[in-house]
Amino acid sequence: MKRAAFFGTAAFNRAFARGWLLFGFAFLYVPIVALVVYSFNDSPVANVWRGFTFKWYAALVNDRELLAGLALSLKVAFSTACASVVLGTLAAFALTRYRRFFGRTLFAGMVAAPLVMPEVIIGLSLLLMLVSLQRATEAWFGVGFPERGMLTIWLGHLLLGMAYATVVVRARLQTLNPQLEEAAMDLGARPWQVFWLVTLPMISQALLSAFLLTFTLSLDDVVLSAFLSGPGATTMPLVIFSRARLGLNPSVNAVATIIITLVAIGVVAASLVLARNERRRAQDMAAANRGPSP
Amino acid sequence: MSALRRWLAGRAAVVGIPYVWLAVFFLLPFLVVAKISVSEMETTTFKDIVAWKDGAIAFSLNFGNYLLLVQDSLYFSTFVSSLKYAAVTTLLCLTIGYPFAYFMARARATLQPALLMLVMLPFWTSFLLRVYAWKALLTEHGLVAEAIEALGLDRALAALGLVPGAGQLMNTPFSLVLGMTYTYLPFMILPLYSNLAKMDLRLLEAASDLGATAWTAFWKITVPLSRAGIVAGAMLVFIPCVGEYVIPELLGGPQTQMIGRTLWDEFFSNNDWPMACAVAVTMVLLVIVPVAVFSRYQAEVQERRT
Repeated sequence: MKRAAFFGTAAFNRAFARGWLLFGFAFLYVPIVALVVYSFNDSPVANVWRGFTFKWYAALVNDRELLAGLALSLKVAFSTACASVVLGTLAAFALTRYRRFFGRTLFAGMVAAPLVMPEVIIGLSLLLMLVSLQRATEAWFGVGFPERGMLTIWLGHLLLGMAYATVVVRARLQTLNPQLEEAAMDLGARPWQVFWLVTLPMISQALLSAFLLTFTLSLDDVVLSAFLSGPGATTMPLVIFSRARLGLNPSVNAVATIIITLVAIGVVAASLVLARNERRRAQDMAAANRGPSP
Repeated sequence: MSALRRWLAGRAAVVGIPYVWLAVFFLLPFLVVAKISVSEMETTTFKDIVAWKDGAIAFSLNFGNYLLLVQDSLYFSTFVSSLKYAAVTTLLCLTIGYPFAYFMARARATLQPALLMLVMLPFWTSFLLRVYAWKALLTEHGLVAEAIEALGLDRALAALGLVPGAGQLMNTPFSLVLGMTYTYLPFMILPLYSNLAKMDLRLLEAASDLGATAWTAFWKITVPLSRAGIVAGAMLVFIPCVGEYVIPELLGGPQTQMIGRTLWDEFFSNNDWPMACAVAVTMVLLVIVPVAVFSRYQAEVQERRT
């Protein structure tokens, strides 16, 4: 097979391609590596190297503000991820299984829009809607609901998470073999049984990816949280952001290193598990296709 | 009959729950913003556009904010510069990302999952922290700043007007565009890669058999076939960049006013909600065409797959 040759010889092309990929990866990774390296820097000037230290990590243990932020962020991220997967799966089913329903175009647009819509707009509009709701309930019932805080942050993150979860689950639903569900129906399974026993196991990996993706998205979000947080509800990214705004801060580097390490481990482990399951499924499929052994 | 009714009930729930959810928490808020953008600001809060006055309903619409947005050269130039920085970032991402995705898609098949993983990994790590990392690299004594100065590139950047002077890289148009390009590059690479990896390479062989040079084949076959990927990538970069807040705040400077920051300041610093809403509505109008293009493309890709 012939490769599309750009200039000159094949060897030149290969070297050029390698060089470009290398340059691209360097661009993507140099900041991350620098972030990690400087977290061990024993210097008040955060970007001049002056020897190795663990003191920024030791300081984190007593960093009340940051730890409180982390606790809130984890709570919000977990509940966001759970709800996003549920709503995202419903939306993905609606879009793949039902070709026609009232306002399908509007629905598809609303599902995809949060993926690209600038976050300041989503944050501002959701906040003002919730504030209006709060004023109305205060006028009618004397109690304003909802107070700004964890609940409102969760609602904002959920909007974003649902959009991402829908994309992930939908991509998987479209590759499913419809005959399996039809076979289950023919054998007398009720629709919810088909979903629980046939569809769900087949899309479980997509659900796991969607969960991890929405969890990390929520854990990282600054803009939506800034609009929707209330007094006493400060997430970890908000703490980091307010410090980063003021200048370089070694404590940020230390937190960054911990987060990056955990995420890298998590992502690599998850993809190994997914790859293994995929292989096993392929083997099962092959065995099933061979038919019953004699 | 009852089976049909159950099927319809199931369908109503599957479609209805996410539909209602999005209508209440995504669509309705936009209407609220549009309403507030035409209400008048009072000392601490905004006035309702519909009010009971002497036993009659009184409407008060106030388009002053929009008038100000059009007339005040500061707002106007902010809109223009946001679009400009977003466009430059999109072009840079395409310039770096297209060859990158192309070479990735043509790399050895066994290598491709690992390469893909390496592109995705930064995407999983915190966006905020990766932007912050550039701060350390670009301020004085920073690694990248030193490298750029050693190569004399800072003088070239100063000559282009991207930085105010040699040796001042942080808080300039240069650092802003660099940060945005860095952040959004994976969003350009991923759709391009998935598009280019699916391409039928026999077309290129046919072209070369018919006498086309590799260069001609690339421009006449590969690029047109990857148009969908280019559109998706460009939209995924351009639209969020227009309204970007965090990157201009951390890496931009006084010269690089962007509309997301203006909205933020109107809301949080000036407490002028109607003005913030007017900015938001204008921003939505600016990005609505690209958003529509994006969601149509998204729909097309999805429909084709089924």
